[in-house]
Amino acid sequence: MLKVDNLHVHLDTSDGIVKAVDGVTFSIEAGETIGIVGESGSGKSVLAHSLMRLNPEPPATYPKGKVYVNDRNVLQMNKKELRHLRGNQVAMVFQDPMSSLNPVFKVGKQLIEGIQAHRKRPKKEAKEKAIELLRDVGIPDPESRIDSYPHQFSGGMRQRVLIAMALASEPKLLVADEPTTALDVTIQAQVLDLLKQIQHKYGAAILIITHDLGVVAQLADRILVMYAGRIVEFGSTQDIFYRTAMPYTWSLLRSIPTAGAKRRLIPIDGQPPSLIHPPKGCNFEPRCPFATDACRHIDPDLEPRGDGHQAACILSASEFESIKEEVASS
Amino acid sequence: MFQKKTNVLALCILSLIVLATITAQWWLPFSPTNIDPEKRLTAPSFDHWFGTDDFGRDVFARTVVAAQVSLAVGGIVALFATVIGTTIGLVSGYFRKVDFILMRVIDGFLAFPALLLALALVAALGGSLINIIIALTLAFFPVMARVVRSATLQVKNESYIEAARTTGASHFVVITRYIFPNILSPVIVQSTFIFAKAILAEAALSFLGVGVDPSTPTWGSMLQEAQIYLTIAPWYSIFPGLGIVITVLALNLLGDGLRDAFDPHQVKRKPRTKVA
Amino acid sequence: MLQYTIRRLLSVIPVMFVVSVIVFMIVHLTPGNPALIILGEDTSPKAIADLEEQLGLNDPLYIQFFNWLSQVITGDLGTSVYSERKVTELIFSNFRPTFSLMSLSMILLLVIAIPAAIAIVALRKTVLDPIFTSVSLLGVSIPDFWLAILLVLGFGVALPVFPVAGYVPLTEGMGAWLYHLLLPAFVLAIVEVGIIARMLRDSMLESVNQDYTKTALAKGIKEREVLVRHVFANALIPTTTVLGATVAGLLGGTVIIETLFTIPGIGQLLIDSIHRRDYPVVQGVVLFIAAIYVLVNLLVDLLYTFLDPRIRYD
Repeated sequence: MLKVDNLHVHLDTSDGIVKAVDGVTFSIEAGETIGIVGESGSGKSVLAHSLMRLNPEPPATYPKGKVYVNDRNVLQMNKKELRHLRGNQVAMVFQDPMSSLNPVFKVGKQLIEGIQAHRKRPKKEAKEKAIELLRDVGIPDPESRIDSYPHQFSGGMRQRVLIAMALASEPKLLVADEPTTALDVTIQAQVLDLLKQIQHKYGAAILIITHDLGVVAQLADRILVMYAGRIVEFGSTQDIFYRTAMPYTWSLLRSIPTAGAKRRLIPIDGQPPSLIHPPKGCNFEPRCPFATDACRHIDPDLEPRGDGHQAACILSASEFESIKEEVASS
Repeated sequence: MFQKKTNVLALCILSLIVLATITAQWWLPFSPTNIDPEKRLTAPSFDHWFGTDDFGRDVFARTVVAAQVSLAVGGIVALFATVIGTTIGLVSGYFRKVDFILMRVIDGFLAFPALLLALALVAALGGSLINIIIALTLAFFPVMARVVRSATLQVKNESYIEAARTTGASHFVVITRYIFPNILSPVIVQSTFIFAKAILAEAALSFLGVGVDPSTPTWGSMLQEAQIYLTIAPWYSIFPGLGIVITVLALNLLGDGLRDAFDPHQVKRKPRTKVA
Repeated sequence: MLQYTIRRLLSVIPVMFVVSVIVFMIVHLTPGNPALIILGEDTSPKAIADLEEQLGLNDPLYIQFFNWLSQVITGDLGTSVYSERKVTELIFSNFRPTFSLMSLSMILLLVIAIPAAIAIVALRKTVLDPIFTSVSLLGVSIPDFWLAILLVLGFGVALPVFPVAGYVPLTEGMGAWLYHLLLPAFVLAIVEVGIIARMLRDSMLESVNQDYTKTALAKGIKEREVLVRHVFANALIPTTTVLGATVAGLLGGTVIIETLFTIPGIGQLLIDSIHRRDYPVVQGVVLFIAAIYVLVNLLVDLLYTFLDPRIRYD
């Protein structure tokens, strides 16, 4: 239902053109959950916003590529078509629940606004629908909470309100941009649980964007690893975790804590590359523990690793496997 | 501060005005006080660029010379209001105990529209240059005191101030060496705006006839004299006003430019977007 | 919220006390003998002594102050030396035109500034925005009396559309009232329009970049509606804080505008009294205007807390 084809997004800044998304291709089937993982600055949020064309223009431009939602190219839609897309076919849950709700309006009003945006109905009916949505996302006593202002909710509850808002028109795709980053660890688990239930009830596809592989491990069917505006590894969650084929993903996995495992966490050295003047060879080469001289000249494309698993690295799966232990111990 | 084109432009205009009015007596073709009864209220011409007034005096010469009073009053008021306001603001922001009393007094002063306070003071004191400066200083220092106080309150909590205190620096040293340099930018910006407002207020007072002794030309008093001849000699009302507008505009432009230059949060025309 | 309201109401007391000290001192700063100044050089010593007695000038300054203050609190602002009428009476008979002028000004101000700011923000990516910024800067740099002169020249002399002087009370018909008041009210408003519109624009531009704006757009709501509803509602709150300063500007401006357009309001009363050295009236008018200003600031502060639900429900 969503197809992103060779998408390029550029940001025109005073320092030069930032190639925030540099040729990304992937698709999502109905009801599927996909995770996009990357460090901050990898272009994952810009990519997510592009799906609804929500990046402010300027500075954003879309020089190349297509984004199909139900076979219609989002990047060529006019204002009216975009409005019909946003919130209706594709809905979004933003990162910071503290600032994503308008502080001066009651939660109910903001919910009803979303409900009425795509299907006009009597006010009473819209209000009932709003209450039902709040109940669905697990807000206790929704009949009275509907008249509360955002600041009267806790962070986790606000994120639930935002999810309820996203569900207002029962969208086919829910884009969640770091939905748990701003929340406490215990609340994070609850929100992820909620997303799962929602998917079950509403049957929506979910695209979840995060810097935390742990978040997508339990939720996603497939994972897309982004680095410097590109997809560097792509595969089923099993592939990504157990058949890692790209040094960056491998480094990411080593930098997250795993339950029960008593091992040292190893941060990834260095900074992501400049997206204005990317390195000539592989983007990850300057930070890559596996890098060879060849990596400085060759910019690898995504290559199949079997079973829909793809990785962008000059090392083949077997080569990578054989030197992994050696690098890990050094 | 010189990176912005508008700052450079504003400074150029101001320098030009200052230079022109200070050296006026050496280059003006007519004396501003030269009376010529045969040339009463003549329209702008090649000889008299801005026309003549009801005594046949050259309006251009008077407009140029009038800048002296405006700039002197504005500059001195800005200086005095800044010194007094900054001192009060620093003391008030730094010492909690006097803060309450000082701020009630400042609130009392701020309860008057500035022009009205100045008007009442000049009415009571009498309309001399010194009294106008006193009145306008009293009208404008409270704003500066407020600005400096809030800036001081912010800076006071920074860790380097605490560090200075723990090394045994006296209150005086902390205020003058550590806090003052860090609040300088709002002070400079605000004093530029006070400069501009003081020029406007002085002109208004002169226009209302409670300003400087009328024998000295000022933009405000010229406009007052011109008012009755508005229909027959509009140029007499236009040029002194233009003098005010250009000077005040340059000062406001400078103030805005300085504020932008000092404020790191300002949004640039082309945003430096962080890719998230 | 209630606690804040009470605290804010109580804070008026010290401010008004300081205000009355300042107003009292203004007249007693006058160099020389006030009685002599009021009556003129060639008055008999007896007349001067009488007036000194009447004004209580022989008592110590603090006694004079508390005597005066206790009178003021009971609503007695003294008697005009010039017309021998009660100062309160003079103020109230002159306040109606001033109130008319200021109300009309305020209406014009909001009617011009709000749509202007919204339009500027809607068209922020066009050349209109830098033009507006320059015009608003020009607005605060023009002396209001000079702008008045130019407008009189334009609409009173060159194109005689509006009368350039006089005042007709509202009781004599809305049309005549508006006809006489429109030009002065416009002049009074225009300087403040720049300030309010600029403030509103800045706040709206800040609000446009907030996450909740993106949320609203992501819901599929029209950009124009998002601007008017979400962005404007949020920008209105910080803008109310400058409303107080706006009223101060209008109050200060009325003095000049009333003189220029010969509107018999308290501004003209003040200027006339200054020229007549009628100090009780000067004192009374200045105190009255300051009191109004303090009251307006109080209302603005309370309005602010009322508009912002984050404060209202705390």
